[in-house]
This record gives sequence, structure tokens and C-alpha cells, in this order.
Amino acid sequence: MIEREQVLHVAKLARLGLSEEEVERMAGELSGILEHVDRIGELELDDVPPTSHVVELENVLRADEPHESLDRDVALAQAPDPVDGAFRVPSPQAEG
Amino acid sequence: MAELEAVIGLEIHVQLATKTKMFCGCELSFGDEPNVHTCPVCLAHPGVLPVTNEQAILYALKIAAALECEVAPRSIFHRKNYFYPDSPKAYQISQYDIPIASNGRLGDIRIHRAHLEEDAAKMIHVGDSGRIHGSGASLVDFNRGGTPLVEIVTEPDLRGAAEAAAWARLLRETVRQLGVSDVNMEEGSLRVDANVSVRPAGSDELGTKTELKNMNSFRFLERGMEAELARQRELIEAGGTIVQETLHFHPEDGTLHPLRSKEEAHDYRYFPEPDLVPIAPTEQMIREARESLPELPAARATRYEGEMGLPQDVAALLAADPETAGYFEQVAGSASDIEPRVVANWVTGELAAALRQDGGEVTAAESKVESGALALLIGMVQEKKISHGSGKTVLATLVAEGGDPEAIVEREGLAQISDSGEIESIVAAAVEANSEAAEQILSGNQKAIGVIVGAVMKETKGRADGGEVNRLIKKQLGL
Amino acid sequence: MTDMLELTAVQAQEAMASGDFSPAEYGKAWAEAAAEDELNAYLWRDGNGDAEAISVEEPSLAPVAVKDIFCTEGVPTTAGSRILEGYRPAYTSTAVRRLIEAGAPVLGKTNMDEFAMGSSNENSAYGPVLNPWDRGRVPGGSSGGSAAVVAGGLAPWAIGTDTGGSIRQPASLCGIVGLKPTYGAISRYGMIAFASSLDQCGPLTRDVRDAALMLSVLQGADPCDSTSVGLGEAPSLPDREDLRGLRFAVPSELARDAIEPGVREVFEATLARIEQLGGEIAEAPLPHAEHGISAYYVIAPAEASSNLARYDGVRYGMRSEGSGDLIEMYETTRAEGFGSEVKRRIMLGTYALSSGYYDAYYGQAQKVRTKIASDFSAAFAEFDFVVTPTSPSVAFGLGEKTSDPLAMYLNDFFTVPMSLAGIPAISIPAGLAEPAGGGPRLPVGFQIAAPAFAEQKLLAAAHALEGAIGFDARPEGVRG
Repeated sequence: MIEREQVLHVAKLARLGLSEEEVERMAGELSGILEHVDRIGELELDDVPPTSHVVELENVLRADEPHESLDRDVALAQAPDPVDGAFRVPSPQAEG
Repeated sequence: MAELEAVIGLEIHVQLATKTKMFCGCELSFGDEPNVHTCPVCLAHPGVLPVTNEQAILYALKIAAALECEVAPRSIFHRKNYFYPDSPKAYQISQYDIPIASNGRLGDIRIHRAHLEEDAAKMIHVGDSGRIHGSGASLVDFNRGGTPLVEIVTEPDLRGAAEAAAWARLLRETVRQLGVSDVNMEEGSLRVDANVSVRPAGSDELGTKTELKNMNSFRFLERGMEAELARQRELIEAGGTIVQETLHFHPEDGTLHPLRSKEEAHDYRYFPEPDLVPIAPTEQMIREARESLPELPAARATRYEGEMGLPQDVAALLAADPETAGYFEQVAGSASDIEPRVVANWVTGELAAALRQDGGEVTAAESKVESGALALLIGMVQEKKISHGSGKTVLATLVAEGGDPEAIVEREGLAQISDSGEIESIVAAAVEANSEAAEQILSGNQKAIGVIVGAVMKETKGRADGGEVNRLIKKQLGL
Repeated sequence: MTDMLELTAVQAQEAMASGDFSPAEYGKAWAEAAAEDELNAYLWRDGNGDAEAISVEEPSLAPVAVKDIFCTEGVPTTAGSRILEGYRPAYTSTAVRRLIEAGAPVLGKTNMDEFAMGSSNENSAYGPVLNPWDRGRVPGGSSGGSAAVVAGGLAPWAIGTDTGGSIRQPASLCGIVGLKPTYGAISRYGMIAFASSLDQCGPLTRDVRDAALMLSVLQGADPCDSTSVGLGEAPSLPDREDLRGLRFAVPSELARDAIEPGVREVFEATLARIEQLGGEIAEAPLPHAEHGISAYYVIAPAEASSNLARYDGVRYGMRSEGSGDLIEMYETTRAEGFGSEVKRRIMLGTYALSSGYYDAYYGQAQKVRTKIASDFSAAFAEFDFVVTPTSPSVAFGLGEKTSDPLAMYLNDFFTVPMSLAGIPAISIPAGLAEPAGGGPRLPVGFQIAAPAFAEQKLLAAAHALEGAIGFDARPEGVRG
């Protein structure tokens, strides 16, 4: 079971604001899904190597040659709050 | 209570001097207008993918070779997930459990690991945003974002602030001579963090450490570590305990302050980066990295001490700068009958002083003093053809205009007076003219001899041998 | 002359090459057909010339409907999400670039489940896509718009993406062909990431030859995608008519799997058809396939939680108005910008990667992935193909499964194992079946999976079987 506190903790990590109603619903839904998923926990797989990738490539590397960067206007064109050629954000509280 | 010894480990971030960023082709820059070196990849636009810069791998392998590290046969990248405006993907691509290099050493200090990662963007605090009252705003500049970094982590083998700072200098010189980084602390291409703790001398256990950040010069690094060691010793001696925390160095007043702790502990949720494939350095890549290494400061210093008999401090001083070291070796080669120790003293002493006197803008190797000329000059002094004082005069001329020391000696009439009859009469005249000093000497004041020596030197324009003059004065006074 | 729009893309290419009609006429006819969209299948169609950066000067191939997950320079690209509303990329994805370079114009951008998360297309921020066979039903997802435009006569062919079945399942539910190629066959550059180790681009077409033509255009290693390898050789158009000497494995576990009776019936009939064509059928064990859903619903959300972290209101896309400090800006922007399924998966994935749970979830799921891949390897040591129904059911009703995420996830039961193993699989229409709750008959897809990089062989077998099945049903009012 996923408790309410866990939902809030995970939402914090994911920077996801949840309404009170969403927190409740999420706790139930995640519990249901994880209950199903938990069945893989019963499989004996201690000696099995994990697969993070099916592609068997190594050393795919790029030559150190510059490409053309975006015009700054283009880079900033999609920004919600462009100021002085930069992307403006509200200040983080955690540092002073 | 047993004495508390310092235990220090360093974490060094080295920005690699590649042409382009770690995972895209945007050019690296410093001091340019904000956001002129960006593209969809380093701005983390939807759908983009990273592609690893080969040069960054080769540079990392050079660092690994210089630090005598083991190279992982197959290292991978992970994603380190955290939200912050300087991290456009909200994860940093970094190496985690399998770094490209590990288990090395530089001098006596063991290297725990060295791994590749990408740098964050730059944020500038700009006060009130205008839109949101009461809270400030920051501007993000992504020019730096994605610069290749190698993070080098030492074992906690350093035992004092001065030792740690000296070792960090050695590391900087080493990396600089590899040609893989600008290693400029003020510009941030070299960043040194320190993990500092203390423990009773002789103990094997590690005390609780604090992490020191934001020391952007070697002076600040040393001061920061000194201040923190003093704080920890004082706290423990007063019965207190150290709290593990990150401390920020304030260069204005040299104090350390804890970073305000975030609301929650970090949980970076590392997992293997699925957009990249493993790095498996080939034999050839590793061999080429090793073979490309110049003789590095640590090895050169060892050779100067061992083969050339230089004192440790002089050896380290010369070895730190490859140009001056090369110059020194040329002079020593031209003056093969002179002890290298003497040559080293001239290069690091008299020549360095003369260059400083001249404005200090050129190094020995760049100066007008040809290595052969210096070798000749040292030889003349050694053979007492000219006095040491005249040697310095000639050197000043060489620094100013270059040329042949023998010709200068000739031209300036600086050849040592070797006719002892001539000196003897000058000494006799000087003793007579300074009878007061002569009496003081006779009554036991040895220092007074300087007055008479000075008078002789003035008369001979420094061309007399000091030792000989001393001997003749004493003889004249019947001592 | 037959109606241009009745031709397959391969036939149209031949007709244009031999001068039966001009690419301009043909393109205009399709633009007009696409404008008739009543299925909410298109999110964008070129009307005011804003597609300059992705235009084709001299078309030689049929125009393509492109899932709105592919970045197109200057052309809105939303991935079905509110958070990217109004976003116009500064670059074009490799897949679309290859289409353009081959002479295939972009006909429009198609609706999809938000960030490709869904099996019904009900998770689009821009409203659900309707199934052309029955507008009260879903077209499947997440490439539901791409499937609906092809099935509904609104585009000759389309591209989509498949992470756990997102091409094959909607193709099945809409009665068309959908191919998920081998992982790495087609570049992912410019394809908005959902789960990076699983996402793969592929064609949704009227028939197998069209799929082969599209694949030959799209495949190839790309210097912008470190994980792309291509197929080595571009596939040629298949012309095989029999299945002699080919061995087809039916998973032994299939007998006890929950499958609608109508779907099972079509599946059995298709097996009989294979035998008639000379193919051999036998059972083979795939013991870990049943854990595919569990592994998938850990791995995909975990990667997604990281891939979707970049939508933070800083550099592009939506930012919540009037948000306070930085953390609040992040939290409200993402709360307002993402829909509920996306939030659910971000939560699930963040949880699975978080401290203390990694080994039990992400680590374990990666091991299951290894086992599933080795089950397939074992099967392919004896068989040429593994076959299953594509989806356990025909198209279900709008809103029928939205309240039960797990029931929705189980739609991917037969498609997820191939995704985890990275192998190619195709869904071809095999017949019509009555839905479990009764009603008019709806398309049933038949899935054929092959070893990695065996696309040519897979297409050949699918083509032979397609010919024998002779599926020619069309939704009411759609030419064909």
C-alpha cells in the first residue's frame, strides 16, 4: 500500500503539485498498480544480469567539431520569460 | 586528549578545453554574451539526444594516464535527476557506479576515481523580478551548460591545509601540462572542493566531515581549510560534535557558512542513461593517451632530486613550470662541469630576481638571456674570473639587452683583479682611511670588517674577490 | 482512371512516376480529404504556409500524416500535451527529415495520447480521437490519430511511435497495418521521448508493402542518435505468396490468457490460414511474457519520469501564471500542464527510482527484461516467428476503461514483451469480430514477431499472409 505521506514525498521529488483529491486518488491507483507489479518481486532472479539496453553498441562518439549554434532570438523565442538575452526564473528560496 | 590530526580529501572539477560541449556541437566559451552558444540539445528541447564528444573521452584518458589510474574496460553514463534552472534536462549526465578511471595516484596522494560529466549552466541573481513582488529572480545563461568536466576525487590522504593546497597546485600544473584544460580557478575551469575532518593522531577511523565549497583561488582554498580545521578542533576540544554539512566560503571575510539546508534530502534517482551506449576505450586509445604524456611535474621533480641532486623545494619549484624547467636543463647541459645545484640556484635565484627587477613580464625561457650565455656567466663566477657581485651586474645587462657575458665583462672592465699586490695596496689604503673601524676589529668587533671591505669594493668597483679581501684585511691588521 | 485516393502509397508512387497524375494533384486531393477530419485525428494541417521549413519541392511519394510527437521546425508540436501548447520546434526530427528528403510531404500532425502514454487516445489534452469504424469507440493508442487517419481515409499512410504497443494496438483496433521495427532501426532524434530504451518509430499503413516502403525510407543509422544502427540494408517490397518452410510459434501460455472470444476465433482462423500457406505452427513456451506488463510499467514510467522533468516552464512551453518562488513555479506549471495519466506515470516512475525502491522495482524489472529477451531467443532458435493476437480485445467504448488504469494497461499484454526485447513485430488486420458486449463487428489484428533485424523476412511473411486473408472491409463511408 502506498500511504498518503509517500505520495506527497514522491510528488515533491517530481515537482508535481497535486490537489488534495489527486493525492487521495493517486494513493489508491498507485497501490493497485504496484500490487500487480509486485509479482515480479517473487521471481528468483538473483543471478540474472539486468538489461538497461537492447542495443549492443559501444563507443558511439562524435568528432569535436563545432556546429552552428542557434541565434539567440531563436533560442529565446519559446521562453515564457526572456529578459536581457537570458531565461528569467523566480529565485530559488533555498539559497541566499 | 591526543592531538587532533587533519584528514582532508579533495574533489576537483576540471573543465576540459575541448572545442565543443560534452554532448552537442556548441562551442565552448568564456565571457561571451549570454545564450549565444546554445542549441536544441543543450537547451534540452523535446526530442533531442546527446552524442558523446570523442575528444572529451581522449582527454579523460590522458588525465587517467597522468594520475596512474586504472581505466574501466566499459564505463557507462547515468542520469542524476534533480530540478534546478541550471540543469535544463533536470538531470545531469554523469558517471556513477562505473567511472572511466579509478585507483590512481599523484605523488603520495591516492586518487579514488575520475569520472566524466557535463557542467551546469550559469545563474545570475537579479533581485526583484518586477512580476513577482517580494521575491527575487535569476537569469539563466546556458553558454556554459554542457561543458565537459572530469571530476577527480582523492582518498582522504592529505594531512593539513598547506599540504592540501600544495597538492592541489601540483594537480593543476599536471593537468595544465597535459593541455586538456585551462585550469583557471578564477574563471571556474578548475574548481576545488574539500572534505575536511579531524581525528586523534594515530587513529584509523575517519571523523565526521564537512564539505567546503566556493574557494576560487588557492589562497582561499588554504584559508578555508585552515579556518574549518581550527573550528573543528576547537569544537571537539570543547566537547562538541561535528555535524556533516556543506559550507560555503565567503571570500570577502574568509568565513564559512552552512548552505541553508533544502527542505528535503537529495534523492538523485540515478539510473543508466538510455540515450547513450557504453564507453569501452580501445587498447589504442589508452596507449595513445599514455604515450602523449609529457614529463609531468611530479616525475620531473623526482628526477631533479635523484639524478641532479637538487634540494626538494628547488626541484619542485623548477619542475612546476615546464618552460623554466626546460631552460634550466639547457643551461645545465651547456655547463656540464658545474653542479646542477648551482645552476638551479642561479635560475631560481639570481635570474628570477633580475627578471623581476626588469618588470617581471617575461619568463627565463622568453628572456634575452640565452641559456649558453648564462652557462658561461655561471662558469666565470665559479672560476673566480669575476666576482659574484660582478656576475649579477653582467646578468642585469644580459636581461636588458642580451649578448655575450665575456664581451660585457671586457667592455665594463669587470674582470676580477687577480694581481694580489694591487689589492694589497688598496686594502692598506682602506685600513688607514678607516682607522676607527680597524680599531674596533682589533678590539673584537668582527662586524666592523664590513666597513673596510665595502671601501675596498668601492675602490675596485666590485672586481675584487670578497674572500680574498677579507683575508688581506686581517693580514694587514696582523690577525 | 481509378480514384487516386484508393491507391496504396506504393501504387500512387508508381502512378506518379509513370505520369498517371501529378504529385501536385495527388497532394491536393489528400489535403482536401484530410480537411474532412471529423475524428479529431489531426492537431495541425498546413493551411497558412507555416510549414515552409518542412516543405518538399518536388514530391514523389504520398504525403504522410505524422504523429504529433515528431518535432517539425516551425510547425506546432505538442505531443498531445497542454504543457507544449503553441510550441514550435527550432529543428526537425530525423524521421521527418528522411521523409522529406525522400519526397514525401507532411500532410498533417496527428492527435495522440499525451506524451504517448495511453492505449485509447483518451489521454490527449486536445480531446479523444474517434474510431472511424464506430465513433463511440476508441481508436487505440497512443498513435490513435495516425491509425484513425489511415483507416478513416484521411491520409494515405502515417508514422507513429511504439513504446509498448502504441503502433500495433491502434493499427489492430482500426484495421490497418502497423509495424514496430527493431529498436535502433530508425533514429529517435527529434521524437519526443517517453521511454528512451523502448521508443521506436514505425509506419501505420494500408498494407504490408506500404509498410515496407515507409520503413525503407525511415531506417538508417543517424549520427544524432547514439543508439541507432539502421537495418544494414533497406528492405525491398515484399512479394512472397506462401509460407512454406516457415515455423510459427504460438506462446504455450496463450490458452489461459484473457482474450475476447471473437478475437480468439479470428486468431485461430488465421493460424489455419498459415497452415494452408504451408507454414508450420507449434507451441513454444514464453514463461516470462506474462510479467512483461509489470516490468514495462516500471521501466517505462521510470524513464518517463526523467524524460518529462525538462518540462519545467523555464526554456519553452507553458509556465503557470502568478506562481511564486521557484519550487512553486515548477509544481504549479507541471500540475497545470500535465494530464492525469502523465502525472500517474511520473509518480509511478519517480517512486520506482527513489531511494530504497530502486532494486525492488527498476532493478528487478530490468532482470525480467533479460528473461523475456532470452525467452524469445530460445523460441527463435527453433522458430522463425512468434504470433499472438495484437490486442486481447477489439476497440472498446470511449470512457469504458478510463477509471481503471490497470485494466487499461492490460491492453498492452501481447505487445509489451516484444518492446522489452527490442524485436520487430507487425500487426496486420486478420478479420472482424463482434465485441464482447455485442454490436457491429470490428477489426482484429494479428501480431507476428521476428528476431531483431529480421524485418525483411517479417514483411515477406506478413505480405503472404495478408494476401491470403484478403481483408477488404472498410469503415462505413471510407473508400478502399
